[in-house]
Amino acid sequence: MAFEPNEPQEKIKYDEMRIYSDEELNNYTEEELKNFKTKHDTPMCDDLESGPWPSFVADAKREALHRRKLADDRILLSAETVEDTLGQLEDSFVDGETHWKHGGIVGVFGYGGGVIGRYSDLQEKYPAVAHFHTLRVNQPMSKFYNTDFLRTICDLWEYRGSGMMNMHGSTGDIILLGTTTEQLEPIFYQMTHEMQQDLGGSGSNLRSPSCCLGRARCEWSCIDTQDMCYELTHYYQDELHRPAFPYKFKFKFDGCPNGCVASIARSDMSFIGTWKDDIRIDQDAVQAYIAGDIAPNGGAHAGKDWGKFDIQKEVINLCPTACMWMEDGKLMIDNKECTRCMHCINTMPQALRPGADTGVSILFGAKAPILEGAQMAVLTVPFMKCEPPYENIKDLVEKVWDWWMEEGKNRERLGELIQRWGLPKFLEVIGLPPMPQMVTEPRSNPYIFWKAEEVPGGFKRNIEDYRVKHMR
Amino acid sequence: MPTLEFEGNTFNVDEDGFIDDFNNWNEDWVKYVKTTEGIEELTDEHWKVITVVQDYYKKNGIAPMVRILSKVTGFKLKYIYELFPSGPGKGACKMAGLPKPTGCV
Repeated sequence: MAFEPNEPQEKIKYDEMRIYSDEELNNYTEEELKNFKTKHDTPMCDDLESGPWPSFVADAKREALHRRKLADDRILLSAETVEDTLGQLEDSFVDGETHWKHGGIVGVFGYGGGVIGRYSDLQEKYPAVAHFHTLRVNQPMSKFYNTDFLRTICDLWEYRGSGMMNMHGSTGDIILLGTTTEQLEPIFYQMTHEMQQDLGGSGSNLRSPSCCLGRARCEWSCIDTQDMCYELTHYYQDELHRPAFPYKFKFKFDGCPNGCVASIARSDMSFIGTWKDDIRIDQDAVQAYIAGDIAPNGGAHAGKDWGKFDIQKEVINLCPTACMWMEDGKLMIDNKECTRCMHCINTMPQALRPGADTGVSILFGAKAPILEGAQMAVLTVPFMKCEPPYENIKDLVEKVWDWWMEEGKNRERLGELIQRWGLPKFLEVIGLPPMPQMVTEPRSNPYIFWKAEEVPGGFKRNIEDYRVKHMR
Repeated sequence: MPTLEFEGNTFNVDEDGFIDDFNNWNEDWVKYVKTTEGIEELTDEHWKVITVVQDYYKKNGIAPMVRILSKVTGFKLKYIYELFPSGPGKGACKMAGLPKPTGCV
């Protein structure tokens, strides 16, 4: 199904938007780069130019030289921003401590987040990074780009920022690294008015949602992760731009249990695609795997000789529920015992496919250690259909938010609130009956709470009635 | 720490334009911050938010959560943004003379 934007979109044409000429973009030679000396001596940084991995120091030096050779009126920040960044980093390497000041509160009017303010604590030594704010820019779903967009944003950032970026922040945003307070509104204006591009989230709000690449190019995706992520990002713009929550909240969308965007570990509300009918088996392809005509795991282990593919050893015996077997040369699966772990499908992608009756499992509460310890998400909704416009999903989201916004303490993640109040309360809030699928094992301690109405006679008792039978 | 002069006052501020000490706050500070926070005219509703924030801070030593600010003032978050375009943190708290919001912002 082709992508349908929520609002008409103009195609960005770099040739109409560009700021720099080709000559300006290619304004140095490799020879010049070899002889280029940055403003500060950075022996420890320089060390990181050796070795086979792409070096961020080498890249930064290219950018530094490039900026040096641009005319003064062709960039609005100092030409030395990159060099001062390296200089301050070198000082940090020497001192073993950061040289950024605490915090920073900057932003654009109308929004409560999206910009991470930062100031150097060595402003006299490195004036070009005295202000070094970061902008979070909401990324397209699954980070598919065309060069027109990327070149346009690069030109804008070269002109009004440091020219340095992080592609991408771990939450998903395009990160524009380093600019001054005065440039924030102009950058925001140009992004919104000329590129139809918004900021991402920061602060106690809905952060930029992100998804795996889903049906765009994966045969296992049980849901259209991109469509869902895009729809919910748009639908909850207010929650994303204006912090109204007790703390941050993240959505992530995985098309299947392989978890390519790690939603189960990195989002408060994790959507994981799954199916509830049978795994689809192509028996001829199974035979081709057994015969060695198709490499297992799409050839992922080709770097080492693991011997001939052995379906018994590599698939059947590794199935966590042992629900597979061979019968008359055919692969059989007892689907009602399958937990949809993806192992057999991962191993024989040309022979096995997820079922056709698909939906999502929804898990809640993943977070990093602070304050109460790290948590992965807890399975709460085993299966839910999910079709545009995702009304059932939005209903659920809002039930969760209503409760957390009311009961959540200051800076308490959803996972901690669920811990504090208990899963039964959470189930009550979202209107689901408890199910065995929601626990790995039943509790082992006997501290079991009952509601008064569940106990015959309730909790109000008179000690005198008791004394009639039990003398003191 | 930079100092700035405004209508006979001297204020010490940090780079983000937050005042150094709540005790150095006065009404001129509000008039000054207005000029940098996209506010044209100070209304009673602005003052209501500022007063609520200050009272809460005096009593509890922290800024109120957004939810509490909305509840006490009766203003929805959207309306608070209409009053203070930078929002309750950067806008209202700065104007009220509270310390700068911290944490993962």
